[in-house]
Amino acid sequence: MNTEGKVFKYPDNVDTDVIIPARYLNTSDAQELSKHCMEDIDAEFVKKVNNGDIMVAGWNFGCGSSREHAPLVIKTCGTGCVIAKSFARIFYRNAINIGLPILECPEAADGISAGDEVTVDFDTGIITDLTTKKTYQAQPFPEFIQNIIKAGGLLKSLKAR
Amino acid sequence: MGMTMTQKILAKHAGLDSVEAGQLISAKLDLVLGNDITTPVAVNEFNKAGFDGVFDKDRIAIVLDHFVPNKDIKAAEQSKQCREFACAHCVSHFYDVGKMGIEHALLPEQGVVTAGDCIIGADSHTCTYGALGAFSTGVGSTDMAAGMATGTAWFKVPAAIKFELKGKLPKNCSGKDVILTIIGMIGVDGALYKSMEFTGEGVASLSMDDRLCICNMAIEAGAKNGIFPVDDITRAYMSGRTEREPREFSADPDAVYEKVIEIDLSKIVPTVACPHLPENTKPASELSDIKVDQVVIGSCTNGRMEDMEAAYNTLKGKKVADGLRCIIIPATMAIYRECVERGYVTAFIDAGAVVSTPTCGPCLGGYMGILAEGERCIATTNRNFVGRMGHVKSEVYLASPKTAAASALTGRITAPKED
Repeated sequence: MNTEGKVFKYPDNVDTDVIIPARYLNTSDAQELSKHCMEDIDAEFVKKVNNGDIMVAGWNFGCGSSREHAPLVIKTCGTGCVIAKSFARIFYRNAINIGLPILECPEAADGISAGDEVTVDFDTGIITDLTTKKTYQAQPFPEFIQNIIKAGGLLKSLKAR
Repeated sequence: MGMTMTQKILAKHAGLDSVEAGQLISAKLDLVLGNDITTPVAVNEFNKAGFDGVFDKDRIAIVLDHFVPNKDIKAAEQSKQCREFACAHCVSHFYDVGKMGIEHALLPEQGVVTAGDCIIGADSHTCTYGALGAFSTGVGSTDMAAGMATGTAWFKVPAAIKFELKGKLPKNCSGKDVILTIIGMIGVDGALYKSMEFTGEGVASLSMDDRLCICNMAIEAGAKNGIFPVDDITRAYMSGRTEREPREFSADPDAVYEKVIEIDLSKIVPTVACPHLPENTKPASELSDIKVDQVVIGSCTNGRMEDMEAAYNTLKGKKVADGLRCIIIPATMAIYRECVERGYVTAFIDAGAVVSTPTCGPCLGGYMGILAEGERCIATTNRNFVGRMGHVKSEVYLASPKTAAASALTGRITAPKED
């Protein structure tokens, strides 16, 4: 499994309120919500994002509210992967549970620039910046979490058991 | 190896003699919680997965609190979906308008959570119940759906930071000033994935409302949970209130902590978190040039009785500043009623404030106090992110009820007096 696309770069502490503002949370429809993804920090994001594109961010990505709508809108927009220096714990859990690929890699987050073309191999955790020709190794997930991801999310993995 | 208080609760619920930091476990849940924003997503997932029913109708709580009484048609549809699910599965702890309160004030008050519990809630401030000596943490809607179906959840056992509290708070400070000071010290990811365990002789001087407020904002430091030991104050609070028998856990004397931080409560000053992160803290006394357009006193952080009392003591017989809107929101119907009976509501209205029935509304920019471009609010809520309470170019300053009420009278950020 892998993804390839253009990089959208964000700073430290991107919170779930800017990923999907609560003023839109009067619906749980992911398509409708995804029109507002990143609206308060990058109004251009939804216009520019293409399938497979990659978000690269700093420390503590997804801090704040537990709203699962946050990883859901990122995924629904077509984002192939989020790479960050670290993730807030509820966002981390939610991303795995709904099947949004995420990787922790501080070196990649520092080295990769906005607009770079990047490929990510989820099986090996290798991130390749095609623009700069540099590669980075992300932390692999523990086996327990890999099994949830392979099953296609938490509920499917529970059903499989 | 000794275990922290959190680790002991998790070991018990996982059926293990001991656990250590980093270990992945499956734990039995005493309660699974959701609100009117997160439950609809959980219900969709629950139905999509084709689960037959809930694991225990008495161990699920659904509280309509974010957008109720409903702010618009879509919000009403979401509440309806929660109501129908609760009815179909005979969920006994379902709280609709008239019975509802802000979930993290309501569930401790109603005795639905108790010491020794292992709780997940699809709301990040679920960490509040650590004040009762429970392990309690926020999760997303899929975890809520899985929890409702199976009564279990997976956890990575957290490492811990110990906060050794000593001394006693000055009279113009409260639990809010303590937690804001700590977040200012360690940062918004200073406790990422970890437990914040509060101990020491200073604990005895903190009321239940102070402790609930402190644990409530553990998530604002990135923590998995915050937790207080069970003492006579906890026992007195739970007595005659909790549905289930409390179970008291305490950290082993040789428990391992990643870090120990000493906090002298007597040195705490009224503290404010400036935009746009809860870690941007400053003493309130240094911010007297900051003019505010709105004051909000309420939320799951500070909508409890002591918070209302603090607002009353400051506002009674006085008037809020010209051109300032002051919104006061008691967090539960019981608190609301008590405010009516004690004459607080009359005093608030006479002071020029408005008093709403319980809702999370303004805290997350839902309704009931949305800010326009360039406007500024001092609030007793928990987050001051970009656009949190309205326009992307509005600002939220986080403070205690005493500081917020003092600021309402002057129209500027004002440190409460020391007497």
